Amino acid sequence: MRLPRLLRQLMHRRIVMLSALVLIVIAVLALGAPWFASADPNDTAVLDRLKGPSAEHLLGTDELGRDMYSRIVHGARYSLTIAALTALGSVIAGTVLGLVAGFFRRLDAPLMRVVDAMMSFPDILLAIALVAILGPSLLNVVLALVLVYTPRVARVVRASTLVVRELLFVEAVRALGVRTSRILWRHILPNLLSPILVQVSFIFAYAILAEAGLSFLGVGVPPEIPTWGTMVAGSQQYADKAFWVVLFPGLAIIFTALSLQILGDGVRDLLDPKLKKTL
Amino acid sequence: MSTDAPLIEVRNLKRYFGNTDKPVRAVDDVSFAIRTGETLGLVGESGSGKTTIGRTVLRLIERTDGQVLYRGDDLGALSAERMRRLRSKLQIIFQDPYASLNPKMRISAILDEALSTHGLAKGRRKERIAELLDLVGLRAEHASRFPHEFSGGQRQRIGIARALAVEPEFIVADEPLSALDVSIQAQVINLLAELRERLSLTMLFISHDLDVVEYLCDRVVVLYLGRVMEVAPTAELFERPLHPYTQALLAASPKPDPLIVSTAVPLKGDIPSPMSPPSGCVFRTRCPHAIEACAQTVPTLDEYSPGRFTACIRKDLLDTP
Amino acid sequence: MSAPRLTVTSLSTCFPTEDGLVRSVADVSFSIAPGKTTALVGESGSGKSVTSLTLMRLLPKTARAQVEGQARFVTRAGREVDLLTLPDAQMRRLRGNELAMIFQEPMTSLNPVFTVGEQIAESVRLHKGLGRAAALAHAKRMLDLVEIPAAAQRLHEYPHQLSGGMRQRVMIALAMACDPTLLIADEPTTALDVTIQAQILVLMRRLQAETGMSILFITHNLGVVAHHADDVVVLYAGRVVEAAPVRPLFATPAHPYTQGLLACLPGKAHAAGQPRPKRLFAIRGQVSSPLSPPPGCAFEPRCDQAIPACSQAVPPLVVTDDLRQARCIRVPSVERTAA
Repeated sequence: MRLPRLLRQLMHRRIVMLSALVLIVIAVLALGAPWFASADPNDTAVLDRLKGPSAEHLLGTDELGRDMYSRIVHGARYSLTIAALTALGSVIAGTVLGLVAGFFRRLDAPLMRVVDAMMSFPDILLAIALVAILGPSLLNVVLALVLVYTPRVARVVRASTLVVRELLFVEAVRALGVRTSRILWRHILPNLLSPILVQVSFIFAYAILAEAGLSFLGVGVPPEIPTWGTMVAGSQQYADKAFWVVLFPGLAIIFTALSLQILGDGVRDLLDPKLKKTL
Repeated sequence: MSTDAPLIEVRNLKRYFGNTDKPVRAVDDVSFAIRTGETLGLVGESGSGKTTIGRTVLRLIERTDGQVLYRGDDLGALSAERMRRLRSKLQIIFQDPYASLNPKMRISAILDEALSTHGLAKGRRKERIAELLDLVGLRAEHASRFPHEFSGGQRQRIGIARALAVEPEFIVADEPLSALDVSIQAQVINLLAELRERLSLTMLFISHDLDVVEYLCDRVVVLYLGRVMEVAPTAELFERPLHPYTQALLAASPKPDPLIVSTAVPLKGDIPSPMSPPSGCVFRTRCPHAIEACAQTVPTLDEYSPGRFTACIRKDLLDTP
Repeated sequence: MSAPRLTVTSLSTCFPTEDGLVRSVADVSFSIAPGKTTALVGESGSGKSVTSLTLMRLLPKTARAQVEGQARFVTRAGREVDLLTLPDAQMRRLRGNELAMIFQEPMTSLNPVFTVGEQIAESVRLHKGLGRAAALAHAKRMLDLVEIPAAAQRLHEYPHQLSGGMRQRVMIALAMACDPTLLIADEPTTALDVTIQAQILVLMRRLQAETGMSILFITHNLGVVAHHADDVVVLYAGRVVEAAPVRPLFATPAHPYTQGLLACLPGKAHAAGQPRPKRLFAIRGQVSSPLSPPPGCAFEPRCDQAIPACSQAVPPLVVTDDLRQARCIRVPSVERTAA
């Protein structure tokens, strides 16, 4: 009953639908990269280096003659995977943290102090530090970003947990003698899905940007792996001669992150209970 | 009818909220006992502590001091797990039928959860759910619906069914009628009366509606600002209230008959804050019979006649007819 | 006999919703004499609150209400106006002035960021054109009028600093500030404790006696109606089902709904001295959804006295006796003698 109504309401807002469409296109391209790409992304062709957009190379070639379009499509796979894993990891970790802190009074203060400490670092700096410690690899970048974003999710989940915990039907099942674990899983968690959903989309967007930023700075994914960030990093010195080598990966980053944020905004507006009443 | 030892005994119960300097004295030294099969009414206005008492008796809120005994055992001394399992015997019906059911769960899931928590009706859940719904005047096909598809009165019935699902001996009814329309209240009153007889339930009935209390309860405890003012069998309380507060409360409740004219002057002033209750007798600031001595000592709950107790130092008023 | 202060004729309010047209109020007519109190009694879905909001033109614009009928109000100056068709500017001059309203929840009706004195003074400045100092002095007089102790101090307090009973008194003071001729009180004591309720009701009675204002008292509490109303209008599912002076209504209710309502009160369950009955009389079922009203009489599905003709058409409101009306085909109208 609820989901179709949500979709219906989402569809009323055109820009949200547009963003969703863009994301679907990107996701489809990423999933079907081998079929959508026109060439092998790692095929170097030194004679064709830094050629502009043409019929053969839709988005031009980079400094090693690799087809930009194919690299971007394949890069989507990496960038989206990293961002998706980050979003998933931080949401799971943050939810567990927030739920425990919000529900068990005695654990609240110590857990939240840890969260506050972590949030006092600027995201990028913390990420850089963590990658430096863990070493540059795709998995470590995901790990670092998960650690960066988990506190954010934990705070939101904790706030909602504090509210839901006091609702009458939660007290009612406590009075029945229902076990705490079941109360958390069956009664509290389902009522947290709205804020969690919103966080997922935002973290996805942040992760795309963060990975790009890290890779650009050279402290993210190793440069051999073609993510959008490493593409920009690797080709930046040629930007003045061949703008397309940084423009197109950059646009890919921007459009993906922007669409995710608009979608997240749209979902959050719809799930806001105060606005819900007027709908 | 009832055994010698009370089923529930509350001794010097205290529940304070907030800082230790000036706490909110929601419940301040309340004692009473409920015999098996009895329905005890708890009446009072805002700040009387009646809702807090209901929650504290079931250990949904922890007490600050005092004891709550169930069959002689102090509930506060039980481990969390033992208390959890004991909850099947001690249930509650809430005031707000709209908020007391999880809106995302079907009625069948709500009742099934109650049954499975205490391992009841194994292998025949569906039948038992149908039985429970029938018990409260609903139909089996209602089980597949969600709470929002029902009216307030029906939701209250579902709440009652859920409480009964775990086969309790004792039920705290926390203002179960206040959120319902008058015509629906009568239906639920009848339901409660029928169920308590059929299932031999003992009840603590919390309400501010004196007419309902008079109809449903065997004995009544009158509360004011966290303390007991008067305890008496229902008929006696309503016929001849002894405590000045009870008298004022009864006079203030308008009877639905224009021919019964009350000549009593309404009480002056507001109910004091539970954070700074008056010294001595908490009712003295509004009592028409207050004297200087009332501010000095907290009156004890003294027995006036068998079963009748009142907390007032003005014994002289009791002898006047 | 002076003309009624307010005469409502065939008032109807409908709301278009996603699921269809909802008739909250249909064909409601009643009148209030000067200095008298008329009680509008009903349960959920009766339309009593919508009636008062419609009369005061306080329905939200987003509700897109469709209002029909007339509400003739006689102003202090003796002019007759129709509240429903009055231009906005004139309605604003009446509201809070001659036509005052108090609500159930004083906390949400009072502005939390202004002191109590400021709020009363604002109303007086607006409608009576008094200066700041004069308005504040008048506000203090109002607080005294409603028996708030230490009024001079209270003037400078905020709503949250006052108790529920005090806030309701402030609401009354606000309503009385411009000397209204009609006060609409929408469940003014429902959220209050019994002893406080008694104080407020006595206060309202006193103010009515002193100023001669009329009161439209909306409530579901029959005990309050019995002692504080002169006339009673009973609403069910948006329609008037019975209207009568208070004593005849309680003594011999004509409509089955009114009869049922009075019979199911535990306070009326038994005469003093008799043992209490095992079962209360209860009206079976519940009020129908406004989206699917019964084809005939709205009460028919729950009525023990219903006959087949009841479900055919909505019964008309007929005069059954001097000053009494009922909407039931089984109640003899004044043309026929009672069987």
